[in-house]
Amino acid sequence: MNVLVYLIPMALGLGLLGLFGFLWALRSGQYSDVDGAALRVLADDDIDPKPLQ
Amino acid sequence: MQETVDLSLFARPSGDGTLGMDLAVEGIACGACIGRIESAVKRLPGVTQARLNYTNRRLHVDWTDGALTPAQILQTLEEAGYHGYPFAPLRAEEEAAAEARRLTRCLAVAGFAAMNIMLLSVSVWAGNSSDITPETRDFFHWASALIALPAAAYAGRPFFASAWQALRAGALNMDVPISLGVILALGLSVVETANHAKDAYFDSAIMLLFFLLVGRALDHAMRRKTRAVAGNLAALKAETAHRFSGDELVSVPVAALQAGDRVLVKAGERVPADGGVLSGVSELDESLITGETARRKVAAGATIYAGSLNYSGALTMRATAADRATLLDEIERLLEQAATAKSRAMRLADRAARLYAPLVHLTAAATFAGWWLAGASLHDAVVTAIAVLIITCPCALALAIPAVQVVASGALFRAGVILNAGDALERLGEADTVVFDKTGTLTLPEPRVVDASAVDRNLLQMAARLALSSRHPLAQALARESASHIPYDVVTEEPGQGVRAMLGGIEARLGSAAFCGVAPVAAGQPGASHIYFVYGSRAATIAIAQKLRPDAAEVVQALRRRGLTLHILSGDRAGAVRPVAEALGITKWLAEVKPAEKIAFIEALKRQGHRVLMVGDGLNDAPALAAASVSLSPIAAADVTQAQADAVFLGERLKPVLDALVIGRRARALMKENLMSAAIYNMIAVPVAILGWITPLIAALAMSGSSLMVTLNALRGGRAA
Repeated sequence: MNVLVYLIPMALGLGLLGLFGFLWALRSGQYSDVDGAALRVLADDDIDPKPLQ
Repeated sequence: MQETVDLSLFARPSGDGTLGMDLAVEGIACGACIGRIESAVKRLPGVTQARLNYTNRRLHVDWTDGALTPAQILQTLEEAGYHGYPFAPLRAEEEAAAEARRLTRCLAVAGFAAMNIMLLSVSVWAGNSSDITPETRDFFHWASALIALPAAAYAGRPFFASAWQALRAGALNMDVPISLGVILALGLSVVETANHAKDAYFDSAIMLLFFLLVGRALDHAMRRKTRAVAGNLAALKAETAHRFSGDELVSVPVAALQAGDRVLVKAGERVPADGGVLSGVSELDESLITGETARRKVAAGATIYAGSLNYSGALTMRATAADRATLLDEIERLLEQAATAKSRAMRLADRAARLYAPLVHLTAAATFAGWWLAGASLHDAVVTAIAVLIITCPCALALAIPAVQVVASGALFRAGVILNAGDALERLGEADTVVFDKTGTLTLPEPRVVDASAVDRNLLQMAARLALSSRHPLAQALARESASHIPYDVVTEEPGQGVRAMLGGIEARLGSAAFCGVAPVAAGQPGASHIYFVYGSRAATIAIAQKLRPDAAEVVQALRRRGLTLHILSGDRAGAVRPVAEALGITKWLAEVKPAEKIAFIEALKRQGHRVLMVGDGLNDAPALAAASVSLSPIAAADVTQAQADAVFLGERLKPVLDALVIGRRARALMKENLMSAAIYNMIAVPVAILGWITPLIAALAMSGSSLMVTLNALRGGRAA
């Protein structure tokens, strides 16, 4: 059962990583416009329109 | 005279030499608008950032100070086909945003902790019935404690703070038993773990916090959403005033007006501030303030009030916001009195808490005493008593009401009703009497053409299209009938008389009888104003009056069918109120009622044991709205009035009033059902706990089961009315 001594802290560490990831996303405002984010992904603003014309 | 626009009131420095402004944007229809708006604004020189929030329809723009004026941003939006309305974010809204972030962080921490502790707890439960060694179990328990204690200290703060506040004020709320349950469960578990015991309650304590935080965060998010919409509507409604600076006219937001400013009020505009007339002659419609629909003639020296509609001529006035007019003073004094009276009404949740908290604590104490006297060890007696506290920790009870509130306010939102007050739902559900104001509430806020079919169709269309070119309120009422939204090309307006244009080589005139060269109507429709139209040799007289909301009759009938008593209380003349009351079949009506009399009337109804819903829009209604058990206000209402109403409804129809009552009643019934099922849960669980049969597994199951039950029940409140 000695394996638990490092397995459990590892599991906790991974969980904490997820928690901090969420808190970081919250702080950087990623949840402030949920509807907009769904639509922005469809916009082609990263394609330079000039070469196409 | 060229007019400049000054919006500097809304631009706020953001620290690094840039200015920032928030705009509520109207006309956003789809996702493509995001790119169109942002790229159009970003093309302006000096703009460093433009970001549209699609969820709440707001645009934030930052620009280098001095590079452009805020008015240019508005114009750019206008050219792109959208209307932007600058607004200063309300302090309450910013605080709510901070609170939402705090709750979400607590929720995330509680969720993380609950999942990990559950993982460990399930292993222990499984191990307890097979071959777990005491050392491994202790290790798992200590690991749980390591997660639970800091997590509870962080995620429990909203509850601990509120409970502490209540206790300090000498009161009990639902957070007191919650906090006590969580703290005792954790304390007991630590002691038990130190003594190598089989059971620990870390999972129960954290799961409880997690469920409660979910309810609270949802409740908060719903309230923020409706508040954002209300904020946008307020920005859309905010009007501008024309202020003289020297000889030049500057258009400024009304909020920027100060006492002593000289202001021009054009025909068809609302008076932006209280003050005295310096020059000009006009007629004012003060129905928003007094409910009186007859117009008042004013000239130099007259005192005029903010919110009055200027009918005929341009007025120059001096604002006297500093020394408030007696009318507003009076209304505000009445408001304060009425509002303090209402705060005494107690919320359902608080009533339940007042009953529940002492009961639970007494039961726990009795359990301890009972076991101890029966000869159990001190340790066993304490453990059983704390188990009772944990199992009765009012998870379901605390979710019972917020869950219904979230679902029902969502349904109200879809029905076009925006809640201002958190507990308005319960009070809506109790109402048994409805008191309506007349002007702007039962009738539409603006006058309309009375009998369009009585006038020749072609003539009416021509007159209506011609009316598009005039700012006169009667002409604007007529213009609503126009099928076309494009005004005629060359139209001349004679101020105070009418408009004329050459249509197909024949002159058309719209305006007063004298202007059109016809005889005025001697006795037309009662309470109506008349506007005249001539086209060559053909002439028409069009009657314009306050018109009932299109579905007023149906809604009134539906309300009566539901057993509600209906009243009309109006500040208007009896001659104007009677036809409305008769058309709707409301027999109980009073005319020429002053604000103080409205309050007295409602107080009298309340003394007879009635729960009164007041629906009104005028300034004269504001004190009555505050005095009523619950109040509704149309979106066109005066600002003071709207701030006082428990909920605001949108649109031209009266149906939202009916919807609000139906949804409110259903919500109240669901809340009671939920409280009842939480009580039944306790009746079953408490005896089991008193007997000492509770294990952590049973506690976890009972807690999640009862929470799930009330939440699912609450979802039934979401159907449309």
